[in-house]
Amino acid sequence: MSERTDQIGDRPAGLELQRREFYSYVSGVVLALILTLVPFGLVHFGHAPVTTVYWVIGCLAFVQMIVHFRFFLHIGFRQKREDLQLILFSAVLLIIMIGGTVWIMGSLAGRMMLPLQP
Amino acid sequence: MSQEVFHYPGLNLGKAHPRTHAIAQTTIFGFWVFLMSDAILFGLVFSSYVTSVHATAGAPGPKQLFDITSVFAETLLLLASSFTFGMASLSMKYSHSKRRLVGWLVLTLVLGAGFLGLETHDFLTMVAKGGAPEHSGFLSAFWDLVPLHGLHVTGGSIWLICLLGQIKRYGLDTRTKLDIMRLALFWHFLDIVWIAIFTVVYLAGLA
Repeated sequence: MSERTDQIGDRPAGLELQRREFYSYVSGVVLALILTLVPFGLVHFGHAPVTTVYWVIGCLAFVQMIVHFRFFLHIGFRQKREDLQLILFSAVLLIIMIGGTVWIMGSLAGRMMLPLQP
Repeated sequence: MSQEVFHYPGLNLGKAHPRTHAIAQTTIFGFWVFLMSDAILFGLVFSSYVTSVHATAGAPGPKQLFDITSVFAETLLLLASSFTFGMASLSMKYSHSKRRLVGWLVLTLVLGAGFLGLETHDFLTMVAKGGAPEHSGFLSAFWDLVPLHGLHVTGGSIWLICLLGQIKRYGLDTRTKLDIMRLALFWHFLDIVWIAIFTVVYLAGLA
């Protein structure tokens, strides 16, 4: 079962690719670290209005997810299979289901005059 | 870099591992479909959490129960473990010896165990502060969501231990390589779910 031919490859091109792939992980982790530090710092030290904080941390989380997909999971626009389409389709399903649930239950809470704030 | 064509999610093995690379095209896609359905599961649990976040019913709420320092440490541990798993994938692709691969995998396992240890400590602290699942709708939803992710990480860690045994017993054959590639996807995916958890549950709860 072992692949002895695996070890042979054209060296210079291989080294170039190896370097690029290594830096893909490094840039991924650096970007993710920044995108983690900013929202934590904002919540821990900041005094911004709550709604602003929600929007900022939400957007940063979205960007960080894209960073993880791009640099750790190696998803790009040039996929051979429908990997990216599958992510986008799942995202559409999630938006419909989460958005719909939150909308309807929020509206219900408002009409029933349930406590929206603890 | 934009000219690169990705054949499947995760690190593409390419010419250096022709046989594994060919099989991975279908196997990894199948696993990717599973991961996306798992994402839907998490999404629905998230929506039940968001709708019951204010239903504290007199029990302690997010501000009394969550500890931002601990969550921050957990986030860093999980991010670091994602990076070390990336290094493991790279050494599988390029290194000639198994030692480096096993080293990175063991480091990933240690970081994952550190994450689980801190998380368990958090959960126990929460229970001590009166945050057990039965006290409010909010707490039930919390205990449904966050430990579900922890359970996934536990499963991933057990899988990683099995993989280490597989590497020791069978060496780096095609099957082992495919298993490592799938666990890599699973591990990176769990880190993405954690981004949603620390943002929606912890940061939004403490904001």
